[in-house]
Amino acid sequence: MFSRPEERPVGWVERWPALKFTTDSAAIADAELIKIFRDPTELFSRAVQPVLWLAVFGQVFSQIRGIPTGDVSYLAFMTPGILAQSVLFSAIFYGLAVIWERDLGIVHKLLVTPGSRGALVLGKAISAGLRGIVQAVIIYLVALALRIGIRWEFFAVAGVLSGVILGSAIFSTFSLIIACIVKTRERFMGIGQVLTMPLFFASNAIYPLELMPDWLKSIAAVNPLTFLVDVLRGLMIEGGRSTHSLAVDFGVMAVVFLLLVSIAARLYPTLAR
Amino acid sequence: MIPKRESGDQFAIETRQLTRSFGAVTAVKRVDLRVRYGTIFGLLGPNGAGKSTMIKMLTTLLNPTSGSATVAGFDILRSPREIRKRIGYVPQMLSADGGLTGRENLSLSAKLYGMSAAQRSDRIRDALEFMGLAEVAHKLVKTYSGGMIRRLELGQAMLHRPSVLFLDEPTIGLDPMARRTVWDRLLALRKQYGMTALITTHDMEEADHLCDELAVLHLGEIAVMGEPSKLKAAVAPDATLDDVFAQTCGGTIQEGGTYRDVQQTRRTARRLG
Repeated sequence: MFSRPEERPVGWVERWPALKFTTDSAAIADAELIKIFRDPTELFSRAVQPVLWLAVFGQVFSQIRGIPTGDVSYLAFMTPGILAQSVLFSAIFYGLAVIWERDLGIVHKLLVTPGSRGALVLGKAISAGLRGIVQAVIIYLVALALRIGIRWEFFAVAGVLSGVILGSAIFSTFSLIIACIVKTRERFMGIGQVLTMPLFFASNAIYPLELMPDWLKSIAAVNPLTFLVDVLRGLMIEGGRSTHSLAVDFGVMAVVFLLLVSIAARLYPTLAR
Repeated sequence: MIPKRESGDQFAIETRQLTRSFGAVTAVKRVDLRVRYGTIFGLLGPNGAGKSTMIKMLTTLLNPTSGSATVAGFDILRSPREIRKRIGYVPQMLSADGGLTGRENLSLSAKLYGMSAAQRSDRIRDALEFMGLAEVAHKLVKTYSGGMIRRLELGQAMLHRPSVLFLDEPTIGLDPMARRTVWDRLLALRKQYGMTALITTHDMEEADHLCDELAVLHLGEIAVMGEPSKLKAAVAPDATLDDVFAQTCGGTIQEGGTYRDVQQTRRTARRLG
């Protein structure tokens, strides 16, 4: 008769939980990024919509001049908003991939490993965040083509990319939470469609906060998209101004992100039940 | 600090009055089970008998409603993380990630089990050779045959040399040759590493060929349990496991299994081509 086999030594990272958490997140992010860059079709197809917003909607609305945008043209004003919109629309459907992974049993297999739930969720958020960089590059190129004044200082570009990564991570984690709650693709698609437009319109993406009625202003004040747009507007275009300081914008987004990751880490295991 | 083991060296899996209910439905009812180290234990039963629920509880994916269980000496509720370090899991669905290569799938698992880079490299090379996949390690898993995916998943589940391996209908949908290869690898793994396996199956030939001991679950309860030869002898001198199964479960026709179970099985079959 066999007895309990001798335990094999685990890897050295096991001895430091913080390091194990980091390496687990990195492993998940790495695998996700490999898949994204191996087949980037989705990234580029999602870029069509923001290009239309800028090249068609933006160009036409620039002629109206009914929206007070300070020292910048309406087209320049809405460019950061459209980048934020692109990040939102791309990230909000991230949950569909998670539901697909659940249907294939990939989620089950990940959850049976000793990787912490928080690390699994964070790894997915990081990869989704980095995915947002492609959206930023596309909007920068369109802005160049439309001769919109762009700030090219290192600090400004780095700030825009950091905002995009954080924003993308926030909305993809939010999407993952919805996926954990609804669990099926059909229900997810319905909810995803319902959520995106209200989040977009209840933000400062295409009009300034001052124009909003009070009730909408109070929704916009707690909408993470507003803070993302504020970062981008302050850093992306020449003459653009932020309502809040960068510290407030990034601080709020970081807190929202951590809160969402902790909620997602609790809900993620329910996908396997 | 590693939590104290709850049981001694004799049983790899031990359940005591293990029960799981979903609302008014009790999927697993007061199950007492003991699986000795180094054995292959089969869990048989019709659709909806509670086999997958049992596996989900023992792999820490699902908490029991009442009762308790230990796996590799650790309590499923008190020390789930210690259990996850010591088990391998092959879900019913083909869960290897089709968007990654065979080597990348193995690498992701190895990282989540905290292996160092050197250890990862050795173990992945060994696993690929052992499973006969070294030649196709660089190819995307979505180009593999069903049998190759199952072998890859076995390799993934064994990378960290677990004490206990859980396999949920591992040969469902495979052709006879591929099925035979999976059996051979499983028996070779047991011989080489003294590993314990708990396997659920509908295939009586598979149960007869692989299992040292088996239990038939019916309506969430263990109807019969013992060595295959003794179970067969108890029915008739020339009885087969089909006869044991029919005698145990055939009296009442149960339309078990949810819509999702059927969907999963069909999806797995489709992926197997």
